[in-house]
Amino acid sequence: MKANYGYHDGSGDFFITIDSNLCTGCVECISSCPADVLEMITDDYDDVVAAVKDEHRKKIKYSCAECKPVDEQPPLPCVAACEPGAITHSW
Amino acid sequence: MTTEYWRWKEYNWKNPDIDWKDAKNITVGVDVGSVSSQAVIMTDGELYAYSNMRTGSDSPESAENALDWALKDTGMTLDNILYAVGTGYGRVNVPFADRAITEIACHGRGANFMYGPTVRTILDMGGQDCKVIQVDEKGKVQEFLMNDKCAAGTGRGMEVFADLLEIPIEDIGELSFQVDEEPEPVSSTCVIFAKTEATGLLRQGWPKNDVLAAYCSAMALRVVALIERVGVEEDFAITGGIAKNAGVVKRLTGYLNLEALQPKHDTQIAGALGGALFAQTLAVKEGKVPS
Amino acid sequence: MVSIGVDMGAKNVKVVVLRENEVIGKALVTAGLDTEGALKEALQSASREAGIDYDEVGNITATGAGRKDVPMARDELTEVGAAARGALFHFSDARTVIDVGAEEGRGVRFNAEGRVIDFVINEKCAAGAGAFTEAMARALEVPLEEFGPLSLKSDREIPMNAQCAVFAESEVVSLVHAKTPKKDIARAVHDAIASRITSMVRRVGVEERVALVGGLAYNVGFIDSLNRDLETEVLIPPDPEYTAAIGAAVVAAERGAKASEGGENS
Ligand code: SF4
Ligand code: SF4
Repeated sequence: MKANYGYHDGSGDFFITIDSNLCTGCVECISSCPADVLEMITDDYDDVVAAVKDEHRKKIKYSCAECKPVDEQPPLPCVAACEPGAITHSW
Repeated sequence: MTTEYWRWKEYNWKNPDIDWKDAKNITVGVDVGSVSSQAVIMTDGELYAYSNMRTGSDSPESAENALDWALKDTGMTLDNILYAVGTGYGRVNVPFADRAITEIACHGRGANFMYGPTVRTILDMGGQDCKVIQVDEKGKVQEFLMNDKCAAGTGRGMEVFADLLEIPIEDIGELSFQVDEEPEPVSSTCVIFAKTEATGLLRQGWPKNDVLAAYCSAMALRVVALIERVGVEEDFAITGGIAKNAGVVKRLTGYLNLEALQPKHDTQIAGALGGALFAQTLAVKEGKVPS
Repeated sequence: MVSIGVDMGAKNVKVVVLRENEVIGKALVTAGLDTEGALKEALQSASREAGIDYDEVGNITATGAGRKDVPMARDELTEVGAAARGALFHFSDARTVIDVGAEEGRGVRFNAEGRVIDFVINEKCAAGAGAFTEAMARALEVPLEEFGPLSLKSDREIPMNAQCAVFAESEVVSLVHAKTPKKDIARAVHDAIASRITSMVRRVGVEERVALVGGLAYNVGFIDSLNRDLETEVLIPPDPEYTAAIGAAVVAAERGAKASEGGENS
């Protein structure tokens, strides 16, 4: 299952997509994230997968701002940490 | 305070052809949303009864009221129910629930029952959010997106416009087609800025219906953008309060160039129905159904 | 030499007349439907205040969303560039400027010459702009000019959950129903917008000192919340809503001078 966490508002599209078919539940992304945005959940189909915490879903653009400076953006920690490539960002 | 133009009736329904006393597996799904709450009762895989009510300030109470209303005149009580699933925004506050399941998963499963196994993409436009869900032939979610941050593309955004134009919300769809020529959509996504834009259009002498048409198509475009992020695969179905607003629905299906399936029941029960279906499976899995 | 800066905004036209690095005339006119008329009116009243003749004017530069619609301007400047130059005009030690108008918020980092190094814009969502505080003041039934001072009276932090101006209105109304003091709600509103602006500006790398311009620079409640969030004391120029027009006038003077050195200016 691909979960799109985030939103679309007047200023643009801000989604983190996590693919539970790829996520191995290794927890690497969670420890890599400086803003404590991610967590492990047991989803409705009993898969243990990474997810964006509820309290960040409506402000993800701001929560992730630190990782996204406007000049030279380094690779995102969560994306880099995820070996199977389960995490993508829309912005 | 703004006037509430969002009107719908609370109601319940019961399948007269079913005698629940013959059923082995009786379950309920309760969907406590931010605006309305539904309870759906299933007996041996069949839809038996449901209710749709306004959500009060208290989630547990709203859940209980919805259940009571669905049970009304059935002779059934909570004791006859083997398994209860809570879903929706208030899902963790359903006192009698055996398990909470997200509205996404419930919605997918409910739509599969309601529209049949060919449904692949479901758009749900509620009072305060907008969801796009892709499911497989069993109703299992393949991809989803939920936007509950921004009022644009939700019932709330429509309410703001109904309020601004002083038009009852249920008349919007029809009135929006009573225009000489389809106007350009309102350009601002943001409801606040769209309202400013609309006020400007009214000041320029635009008839109200034209402003409505411009907003309905703007809203349709917004939602199309969300659907396209997930990708639209047929069959396509629309659920939720806005499904009743032809002004948005017709424009939306026009932009996407496809038809939406016609539902057999009120689409607002999709979440609760999915909950009851999950409960059917879980009751068997957890050995609660007498053999 | 006299130069003029025009800031053609979404709502207002602002004009500043500059002579030898000094503001000698300014005007603000609300545009409405007739932007052309508003522009003329603003130009006339600023020139009158400055006591200048039109032929004294060496150069005119336009900025703002409608900068293309200023036929008398010889050149134009982006809003970002104008904010940087305007901030630097007032504060030579400023390196970051935060500009929050009714419809957008911006953060700009620049060097000592006013050259833009980085910028970020939050546009078209009222939750990240001045329109947010306006809507909340309305929901709270507090006049806008009392909204900031009211917020200063609060010593309690309460969170606001809604991230959308529309949903936040309902949240404010339910806070009122729950008998939350208005001052605490006012503070919550300003904290919320300040925190969004702060995270946005952090993306350009906040370099001291920080200037705050645009309409929200009049709001003491917002300034207070912003200072707390940024852990600094932001600089507020006089007449903060004219900053972009001043920036444009400064650039007009510079470009005008260059042109006449080159002998191209007739
Ligand atoms: S981009 Fe940064 S803050 Fe956002 S989820 Fe990834 S690691 Fe966390
Ligand atoms: S764009 Fe407007 S309606 Fe959407 S979140 Fe922002 S303030 Fe709310």
